[in-house]
Amino acid sequence: MTDSRPTGPDTTTPPEPPGARDGAQLPQGPPAPDHETGTGGAGGKPASGAGRPPGTHPHPHTGLHAHLVVDRPAFRLDVTLTAAPGDVVALLGPNGAGKTTALRALAGLTPLTEGHLRLDGTPLEHTPPESRPVGVVFQDYLLFPHLSALDNVAFGPRCRGAGKAGARAEAAAWLDRMGLAGHATARPRHLSGGQAQRVALARALATRPRLLLLDEPLAALDARTRLEVRAQLRRHLAEFEAVAVLVTHDPLDAMVLADRLVVVEHGRIVQEGAPSDIARRPRTDYIARLVGLNLYRGRAERHTVRLDPGPSITTTEELSGPVFVAFPPSAVTLFRDRPTGASARNLWRCEVAGLETHGDRIRAALTGELALAADLTTVAAAELGLHPGAPVWATVKATQTHAYPA
Amino acid sequence: MTPLDRPGAATGPHTGRPRRGRAGAGGRRGVPLPLLLPGILALVFLLLPLLALLLRTPWSTLPDQLTSAEVWQALRLSLLSATAATAVSVVLGVPLAWLLARTEFPGRGLVRALVTLPLVLPPVVGGVALLLALGRNGVIGKWLDAWFGITLPFTTAGVVIAEAFVAMPFLVISVEGTLRAADPRYEEAAATLGASRFTAFRRVTLPLIAPGVAAGAVLAWARALGEFGATITFAGNFPGRTQTMPLAVYLALQNDPDAAIALSLVLLAVSIAVLAGLRDRWMTTS
Repeated sequence: MTDSRPTGPDTTTPPEPPGARDGAQLPQGPPAPDHETGTGGAGGKPASGAGRPPGTHPHPHTGLHAHLVVDRPAFRLDVTLTAAPGDVVALLGPNGAGKTTALRALAGLTPLTEGHLRLDGTPLEHTPPESRPVGVVFQDYLLFPHLSALDNVAFGPRCRGAGKAGARAEAAAWLDRMGLAGHATARPRHLSGGQAQRVALARALATRPRLLLLDEPLAALDARTRLEVRAQLRRHLAEFEAVAVLVTHDPLDAMVLADRLVVVEHGRIVQEGAPSDIARRPRTDYIARLVGLNLYRGRAERHTVRLDPGPSITTTEELSGPVFVAFPPSAVTLFRDRPTGASARNLWRCEVAGLETHGDRIRAALTGELALAADLTTVAAAELGLHPGAPVWATVKATQTHAYPA
Repeated sequence: MTPLDRPGAATGPHTGRPRRGRAGAGGRRGVPLPLLLPGILALVFLLLPLLALLLRTPWSTLPDQLTSAEVWQALRLSLLSATAATAVSVVLGVPLAWLLARTEFPGRGLVRALVTLPLVLPPVVGGVALLLALGRNGVIGKWLDAWFGITLPFTTAGVVIAEAFVAMPFLVISVEGTLRAADPRYEEAAATLGASRFTAFRRVTLPLIAPGVAAGAVLAWARALGEFGATITFAGNFPGRTQTMPLAVYLALQNDPDAAIALSLVLLAVSIAVLAGLRDRWMTTS
């Protein structure tokens, strides 16, 4: 992220340096190497120009300031996004949460009902998609099937005024940078999923966007390719000097690729912050499930948290007022009979609702006094004789729980 | 503002695509007679006239018939005018198909219905309507004559116009169906790369729908080649100028039935050639 040099393909001898036509390609601001990129990092501090009224002198490279409102029948998207150049922001959320709608609104493919969108100080909400300095990597890439990989990448520079030879040279440099120099003449249908993904990324980057949008960039790949492509994508995103926003429903993709997560549910932001913070302190059931935690909401009184419906949980943190309590399934111990030792104060009588293998362990879904997920070894599951409907006692040590203000 | 808000996008992928591929898959559990007998009857009904044409062909005099100047004149005129009418249909019809498939405007449903009207309109009525519009005293023809000295009826250009009038709807409907089946998100992708809607159409959509345009063009060409009613009404029947093959066949049938058969055979051959050319695209695609 600190290496701000890759505004252009760092190839050996690009026939024409892609930076040469920058002025013609971007409606605003010189896209010269950007040295403000150091802000990109956990927490994504809002850029300095956040409060400036529109219409005043736009500063170059102040990043993204967007308030996106899109009304649909029975659905309303209302999210606020800010990001500094160099930031990689992940919109994380379940299907139908409005992530893709937000992405389309940023690209200009879906009109805003209300709100605003400023990129590097330039208002874009009324700018048609073809005039926005925004690049998009679509979920299924949408590479033009009738064009070679090279011509797919050259399409953007061509549309932005480059000559045919110049656009192709630029495209070749981008493909080379993506490690695809050998596939320049290939039609998209002859590319593997990972290669197509990189061509799509090169195609989006070749327009030198000030905002790069990626819609489920890894969803179309099989598990093995995904691992490799994720690592490459992470590298390319880290090199990208402007704002990148990616949409995903996969928490791993989001946490690996992004500096900052914005969790969207039902068209609204429910939590945002650094990946580590979100993983440690989820605030909705959806996030808790994603990061694999049992999450409860209650009212704390010193070390005891009284859950809204349900029993109390004893924690080590001393808090008061509304709080969340979270603990991992692996912190739960199950007993067939009521344990006699008084060490675990968090003891609940439950019933097995379901069992499933989870890696090399068994995950038991429990109902009863407290609904929770518990991980145990296969051996332990066999010794306990677990089966759906079996009664069990579940305990969690106070030290394994984590309480934080709601 | 965006190429998005079109209801066609939602229903797109399934309209306009020919459904086929079920034949033979349904098993062979005995065919009910009430279906089998009419079916065979229909087949005979469709094939018998063609068979009769072949049976009654004067094969011995055929070479002479086919090499006569009149036949070549009519065939040449037919091929030329049908091709010109197809060209007109493509140049004007593809944009119309795009407007119908990709834009939203009031009365679009009505426009689509009007476009398909010539498909069901008796061609003679079409010819009369063309005369009233473009004839020497027609609504527009009057001005064409007065200002530019252009008269269209009873000229080869008139033949092309009559044929295009009848054939263009085939192309428009065919291309519109292909456009609706084509993924409009490619155009969105092009837009995000900086392409205007026209550039996206020219460089992305048109190449993608080229097979559909070709199929529509062949359909339009075949329809134009066989055009009779509108042509004879609007353009008349002047050998060498407006007498196309179908008109020549009809005329020959009065005086020289053998010539009519020979001419018909030529048109049949052309039709079979067209069908064979389309077979790969239409008969085997799924």
